Amino acid sequence: MKATGKTRSYGYAIVLFLITLSGFGQMPIFGRYYIASVPGLGWLGEFYTTHVLHYAAAIALIALAVYVLFDFVMNGVGLKRLTTSGYFKTGIISGLIISGCLMVVKNFPGIYWSHTTIIVLDLTHLSLCMALLMLSLYTLVMKKKWIE
Amino acid sequence: MSLKISRRTFIKGSIAAAGTVVAGTGISGPDFAAAGPLSDEKQEPLSTLLDIRKCIGCEECVHACREVNAAKYPEPRKPFPKMYPKTVPVQDWSEKRDVTDRLTPYNWIFIQHASVTHNGEKMELTIPRRCMHCDNPPCVKLCPWGAAKQEKNGLSRIDADLCLGGSKCKNVCPWSIPERQTGVGLYLDLLPALAGNGVMYKCDRCYNRLEKDELPACIEACPENVQSIGPRSEILEQAHSLAKEINGYVYGEHENGGTNTIYVSPVPFDQLNAAIEKGKGKPHLAYTKNMMADGTNLSRAMLIAPLAGLAAAFGKFYLKSKEDK
Repeated sequence: MKATGKTRSYGYAIVLFLITLSGFGQMPIFGRYYIASVPGLGWLGEFYTTHVLHYAAAIALIALAVYVLFDFVMNGVGLKRLTTSGYFKTGIISGLIISGCLMVVKNFPGIYWSHTTIIVLDLTHLSLCMALLMLSLYTLVMKKKWIE
Repeated sequence: MSLKISRRTFIKGSIAAAGTVVAGTGISGPDFAAAGPLSDEKQEPLSTLLDIRKCIGCEECVHACREVNAAKYPEPRKPFPKMYPKTVPVQDWSEKRDVTDRLTPYNWIFIQHASVTHNGEKMELTIPRRCMHCDNPPCVKLCPWGAAKQEKNGLSRIDADLCLGGSKCKNVCPWSIPERQTGVGLYLDLLPALAGNGVMYKCDRCYNRLEKDELPACIEACPENVQSIGPRSEILEQAHSLAKEINGYVYGEHENGGTNTIYVSPVPFDQLNAAIEKGKGKPHLAYTKNMMADGTNLSRAMLIAPLAGLAAAFGKFYLKSKEDK
């Protein structure tokens, strides 16, 4: 694997780890299950810290996604070389970015969305996250690649 | 319950309210600030103005709130389900419903007392305290499940049918306003042992009364007309005018980036904050920064992220093309 490919893979792994951790930190579970009581992990129970970290990781994920997309296009790799799991992961990440961006908009002042809209958005984002985690675990164990 | 509130109902209520406001005579009790039509899509949020010089601490607002909102109060199912880990706190106010000297799931407004000396004059002030109904409420925006909601008229409220009682809203509220009752709500039907812990309760500014062209109970019941309600810009104008007139101070305009509860006091609020009893269920009166500001600022950077990704891809392509030559 070339150096840029390795950097990209490590970058993706770090971003995925941070965005998932901070995303789960949006739910009051780290405090309840005393994970935030573990020395060094207290910040996981601080909602504003995990909120900002989640936004920062989302910025990195969006930048990485756009970089990979245009890198593929400009180098003539094309979507046809994507594996089945690669297609699924691309779709899920796209869904996560879109639903995440809508949630960012929801958090702006003066945005009044209904319970139903917010709940659908929350559940969609959470379900896509779980799907990505399971698929990533599968591809990691089965050594499936993004492209053929 | 909230899901049944249609936009039509909301607008209908607003139109009715607007009519009353404009007429200025249809509402008994305190002054309704002069206002534009509330049904207007561009209508700004409603704010309340509390002139704390007028408050005599009679608790009429407290009792009116309890009476009007009694049907919304929790009736927990006992014994409470076992929760894991066992150290998860059970919060039960159902046996202490009579408590009125702090915020509880059964008491959404209370009176704070302050003995202060200002400009050589000794004063005893009483201050009605409840949810501030922030402009950009963290309780609503950061609820992980969408159980809290902000309405266009500026009030924020928690839907008791949807809340799981995780208490995040209380944690992120700069005044720690919402209070939890264990043993009630949706979590009982899901995984009561492992997730959720009841329902969070706080002032909903009598949203159902506002829909029917009625004033919030605390405003209507006050014999001293401590509170008035109207469009935010007009309430702020009144607040500043009153503060100028009495050489007083304003609280709630800039706190947490702005709220829809504006206090006017003859005494500086840092002095009042030092004098009031603070703690669990007893919110402070200190300045608080805009808690949502970091997220809002970062979201601007999110707009630059695609450009950064694009620039990196172009950069790589350019270098590769140069190498190929």
